[in-house]
Amino acid sequence: MVTRWMDQTGGAANMVRAACFWLVRSRFEFDQFVRQSVSVGVESFGVTALTSLFTGMVLALQAGNTIGNIFGDPIYVGTIVAFSLIRELGPVLTGVVVAGRAGAAVTAHIGTMAVTEQLDALYTLGTNPIQYLVIPRMFAFLLTMPVLTLFSNLFGIVGGYLVAVYALKVPGEVYLSDITSFMDVNDFMHGFLKSFVFAFLVATVCCYKGVSTRGGAEGVGKSTTGAVVTCIVMILVLDYFLTAILTAFGI
Amino acid sequence: MIEIKHLKKSFGSHHVLKDVNLNIEDGKVTSILGGSGSGKSTLIKCMIRLLDCDGGQIIVNGRDISRVQDPFRLAAVRRHFGYLFQEGALFDSMTVGENVSFGLKYLTDVPQERYTAIVKEKLAMVGLKPQVADLNPSELSGGMRKRVSLARVLAVSPKCILYDEPTTGLDPIMSDIISDLILEMKKKIGVTSVVITHDMHSAFKISDYIAFLHEGNIMMYGTPEEFKKTDNPYVRQFVDGSSQGPIKMKLMRE
Repeated sequence: MVTRWMDQTGGAANMVRAACFWLVRSRFEFDQFVRQSVSVGVESFGVTALTSLFTGMVLALQAGNTIGNIFGDPIYVGTIVAFSLIRELGPVLTGVVVAGRAGAAVTAHIGTMAVTEQLDALYTLGTNPIQYLVIPRMFAFLLTMPVLTLFSNLFGIVGGYLVAVYALKVPGEVYLSDITSFMDVNDFMHGFLKSFVFAFLVATVCCYKGVSTRGGAEGVGKSTTGAVVTCIVMILVLDYFLTAILTAFGI
Repeated sequence: MIEIKHLKKSFGSHHVLKDVNLNIEDGKVTSILGGSGSGKSTLIKCMIRLLDCDGGQIIVNGRDISRVQDPFRLAAVRRHFGYLFQEGALFDSMTVGENVSFGLKYLTDVPQERYTAIVKEKLAMVGLKPQVADLNPSELSGGMRKRVSLARVLAVSPKCILYDEPTTGLDPIMSDIISDLILEMKKKIGVTSVVITHDMHSAFKISDYIAFLHEGNIMMYGTPEEFKKTDNPYVRQFVDGSSQGPIKMKLMRE
């Protein structure tokens, strides 16, 4: 168990090193990058929007009710919703959703190519899986996940606004000024930097699990579930340490 | 000429190739015979360096390629060979045309405008209509997949084509058509061919030389006539396709 985990970490690290090598030494597959960015973005946009909208809504509802019970009035709902989303839930939820949607698709695709000798075919035709498959996908995730995180923040705040205004009867201007008067650019950077780390994590795990797939259709299934579970667990664990580190740097 | 000397390859404690010595003549068809799991595929994968061998030499045009590690020199080594995969290994996210022209971008300086003409030409060479170029690989039959795969190999004009069981899984007529194609490639473009097979009918038809791989060694090397007349009991059993004889197939891994 431990040795397998170390093997895989070592393998993934080797893959990243190879990706750095080929990024400098070969032509960048721009077509593939565009195609992958579109597919990751489009595949994940709907789910991201829906999950963050409802997360914003439930945050507002919980915050409003709890604060209402303590102070008699639902105050600072906007502040709570926006801080939770922008610093924390926006990047985490986006990471989880993208891993489950686009990440799983990447692992399944590369994994199928691995078990049908298509990866070997890339070598025989003058390129290699790192240059042709991994690098464009890594950049696609690094581009789209921060953008999706921005949308996720936006949809969450809109969801919170709807609940605050229509269910909790907080005036809209109050909800918004609760956000603007406490939020500064560091809070935004805190979440935005996280989204890049999560993007790198999801891309690395999903590509590595794909490339290292063995054993036919069953192998593809195993590595796909493995990739998604690893991504989700690692995002949640890493999130704590990232928060600690970023806070230590004053972000 | 490709010389293979004392080639060794193991997977864990399983010694697949023990001491393989084989010369492959330029412009000829050399078939490598052997039972399932005898290491035929391992041998040609070592030649094109999809697998690293554990010992021995593979000498292509006077240079030992078995130790090359630099990725760019390795790519140059692979450039020498074309590899026809057993199941075709066509890229299923692309059309047939894109598959055939794929290698041109990486291995040649051919301008992109000429890709369609080349695709058409190579598809015609393997007996397919130009309309096939717009199909997806999933829409093709087994025989067509092998032909498209061959067209993809031919597009980059390698000096040596390695065929991994080209007739396995095809009906007898399609097998014969593929055998004819292999002969045609030899005649038309003078390419060196190494064919892995356990189809005796096809091997006798296409081969200039046959090598019989048994338990990690080349047990016999010769012309098809020599193979037909041989009294080596192992080869005899394989050529006749008999369950009785000195070769005991391992049905279970010990």
